[in-house]
Amino acid sequence: MKPKGNVVKYGKRNSIVKYNKWGYIFLIPFVVVYVVFQLIPLASTIYNSFYENFMSGLKQIGPTFIGGQNYATLFEKGDLWTYLSNTLIMWIIGFVPQIFFSLLLGAWFSDTRLRLKAAGFFKTVIYLPNLIMASAFSMLFFTLFADTGPINSILINMGVIKEAYSFMSHVGSVRSLVGFMNFVMWFGNTTILLMAGMLGIDPGLFEAAEIDGATSTQRFFMITLPILKPILLYVMVTSLIGGLQMFDVPQILTNGTGDPMRSSMTLIMALNKHLFSKNYGMAGALSVIIFIITAALSLLVFNFSGNKEAVGKKGGK
Amino acid sequence: MPNYDSGLDQGLGIKNRRIIAYVVLILLSFLCLCWFYVLFINATRSNGELTKGFSPIPSTHLFENWNNLIHGTQPVLSGMINSVIVAGLSAFLSTYFSTMTAYAIHAYDFKLKRFMFTFILMIMMIPTQVTALGFVQLIDKMKINDTFIPLVVPTIAAPVTFFYMKQYMDSTLSLSLIEAARIDGAGELRIFNTIAFPLMKPAIAVQAIFTFVTSWNNYFVPALVLQTDKKKTLPILIAQLRSADFLKFDMGQVYCMIAFSILPVIVVYLLLSRYIVGGVALGGVKE
Repeated sequence: MKPKGNVVKYGKRNSIVKYNKWGYIFLIPFVVVYVVFQLIPLASTIYNSFYENFMSGLKQIGPTFIGGQNYATLFEKGDLWTYLSNTLIMWIIGFVPQIFFSLLLGAWFSDTRLRLKAAGFFKTVIYLPNLIMASAFSMLFFTLFADTGPINSILINMGVIKEAYSFMSHVGSVRSLVGFMNFVMWFGNTTILLMAGMLGIDPGLFEAAEIDGATSTQRFFMITLPILKPILLYVMVTSLIGGLQMFDVPQILTNGTGDPMRSSMTLIMALNKHLFSKNYGMAGALSVIIFIITAALSLLVFNFSGNKEAVGKKGGK
Repeated sequence: MPNYDSGLDQGLGIKNRRIIAYVVLILLSFLCLCWFYVLFINATRSNGELTKGFSPIPSTHLFENWNNLIHGTQPVLSGMINSVIVAGLSAFLSTYFSTMTAYAIHAYDFKLKRFMFTFILMIMMIPTQVTALGFVQLIDKMKINDTFIPLVVPTIAAPVTFFYMKQYMDSTLSLSLIEAARIDGAGELRIFNTIAFPLMKPAIAVQAIFTFVTSWNNYFVPALVLQTDKKKTLPILIAQLRSADFLKFDMGQVYCMIAFSILPVIVVYLLLSRYIVGGVALGGVKE
């Protein structure tokens, strides 16, 4: 539909076209701010990744063009793999119980036969940790799990352990604490998303299954889970994207060191370190790698959710 | 297979399942809340009491801890004020301009409409961290580092808020209403400000809360931008508390400070939780 030809013929069209320029005007703030504060920084981040540019003591080295050298260093020295696997391990430690309990609670909350009382109260409580400042939550865990902290004192009083267990100096306990905090902070959010999906399932399906004598477990695995697959996939990929950005919790818990032995150093923590030490070349390369991974995952989400639902609806209009 | 405890599932089963559900829910609720209980209890106890070990009964040193905290080395009060300013302005700018962007796509027909909508959906997931390097260099060049501008102004372009507003508009804002206002001779900007924007109030409230909380909790970008002590926001002060030598501190103060920085969010949440929990399911797109 090219309005140009019609403008001359009909006055009415003209006025609509006149209004429609306001569509562009109202988009100006978003576009200008996005270009200035996101697009230009993204471009200069990519640009920086091809340059050698860091401080050696007080001396500025570069910027000199070195092509893919920064990337090569990241891949070859193996740091990238360490940080990536740290991030993924801590994400998985949190994600497995998160998806398990979210599915369970979602099924319970949406089960009309179970008729749980105080469901609103429970939903409010489990969503609460999601809004808590991650850095404060992490600081709280650091004090609670300190060698002289309350957890150790409770465990000693109960006779579980004889002397204080140093949670902060063991790889397993630090990673578990980070994963656990992520679990506590995010399972409420996931429960609510999954529950919304489960409430959308036609109740007739459950009734039919019940008449056929299916148990609640069978109903869950044969009906709920298959129908929920797209939402589950969406939750999983978006959680992975969020997991790759993991920063506040391990940063505060380990004071930015990723101790013990950098075993809890995530990708963004490494990026943060490079940014503060003004090693812009390496920071750029690391940013670009994280960007590419997230962009690929985003496209995946976009293809099976946003595209079909939001844009598809638009097209049908 | 068909006879697999089907009798039990109908009779005893539902009762048992309900009991199991309650037990699991109570345990998980405990898991969510116990940390905050310990936190608030410990914030009322003196350093001496805290080193003796944990006790679940509150003590009487809350005001003492509070007093020591605000007269201590950390600029806690200015941190609180800075956090309120940054989060408040972000919430306002983000909701106002996201509604405007959504309105542009919703109410008008223009050539780039579909492209813009698809574009905003695609950039929704890109994390701000990956552009941080360019961002820091840019604000250095613009001479706006160590100010609130780089923390507040970028929230005008918030794809997630935009998407939520667009979804809400599709279900509530009819084009005939806008048409009627046009016939009455109202200008486009006026129609947006006096008709469309007020109609979006429920959605704006939900997104304002989310933006406020996100900004309140934000640590990564403010830590890169703010350098002067008096300008720092609460998350940065928490990080400084962590990097200072832990044992030298009065632990009562440490707990008091953590409690102080999360209490406002807890209060707001408890007052508005119904809208917030409903809003999560509606939006469907949060990290």
